[in-house]
Amino acid sequence: MRRLFPHPYLTIALVVLWMLLVNRLALGSLVMALILGTAIPLITARWWPGTPPVARPMALIGYIALVIWDVIIANIQVAKIVLFMPTSQIKSAWITVPLDLTSPEAITLLAGTITMTPGTLTADIASDGKSLLIHSLHAPDPDAIRDDIKARYETRLKRIFDE
Amino acid sequence: MILEVLISATLIIGGAFALIGSYGLLRLKDPFQRLHAPTKGSTLGVGAVLLASALAHLSRGQGASWHEILVTLFIFLTAPLTALFLARVHLHRAAPRRDLPAPATSTRWASADLTLENPQPERESL
Amino acid sequence: MIAYALTFAIACFALALLLNLIRLATAKTPGDRILAVDTMVINVIGLIVLYGIKTASGLNFEAAILFAMTGFVSTVAFAKFLLRGNIIE
Repeated sequence: MRRLFPHPYLTIALVVLWMLLVNRLALGSLVMALILGTAIPLITARWWPGTPPVARPMALIGYIALVIWDVIIANIQVAKIVLFMPTSQIKSAWITVPLDLTSPEAITLLAGTITMTPGTLTADIASDGKSLLIHSLHAPDPDAIRDDIKARYETRLKRIFDE
Repeated sequence: MILEVLISATLIIGGAFALIGSYGLLRLKDPFQRLHAPTKGSTLGVGAVLLASALAHLSRGQGASWHEILVTLFIFLTAPLTALFLARVHLHRAAPRRDLPAPATSTRWASADLTLENPQPERESL
Repeated sequence: MIAYALTFAIACFALALLLNLIRLATAKTPGDRILAVDTMVINVIGLIVLYGIKTASGLNFEAAILFAMTGFVSTVAFAKFLLRGNIIE
């Protein structure tokens, strides 16, 4: 089983992707999706050294729901700033967020989340990979934003990736 | 009827957010501030329009349409990457480095390793 | 009612494209130009989807997906080129 499906998550993702692309639920498409979902991971297994260390896939769904909600809030906040705040009053700030996460997948997910959520944007990572450089559109209190990111997203990601 | 109101509302919200995103791109002064508006505004604008498209497909009685999910997923996954790349271009080219805060443990940020004399950094961060 | 909302949304996206074009013409750095083009790509995807709603056809989605993919790849390629001076290492 392990030899036939070296990357179960990749197989599931490929099957779902193919079904979405075909856009109808038919048995023939499902067979084609399963063929692709088996063949592509087998052929490309050499270039995927390890599986992503997701310990709790169910918690990931809750995390995605939280992020989607935050994206909507983020947009209303950014829209308010863009439309009504005079450009001279916008106080942008650089924030350093020290990371407790270690796996590249978790850091990537955190960086993506920060970019999509309220007024913050990931700009860079430190050379040793232990802190993120974040630009905030309007930050009267940069330390509060840093603590909010660590409490709201990083602790959840730590639980998901079991670090 | 409820579906019709919902479709109209998402269409109007989507159009408004896309317009705000592009307006912010024109209005904000700093290059890093300008990165904020399109990555959030325009992405959600297109997301709302795609939701409206899925609902419209449903309201015409043609069953569910899954292509919208695919496009939405793709746009929402690629928007942070685009923003990160453009931020690094700005860091690399335009922004003055002296006002950046220091990293917590390391001495410098990864984009500072990318100089013309040393185009290959020791550790590939992205 | 949907027809009015659709017209409003199409007008918004068209105006957004025009604003992006102004940004593209007046940008001072290459990074800003890439950002303007990337936003244009996103807005064009929105317009394609809106046209799909208007004509009640699902055929436009292949175009939207292709546009999203080529837009993303070209933005990354541009950014890579500015960062490193070459695209494929």
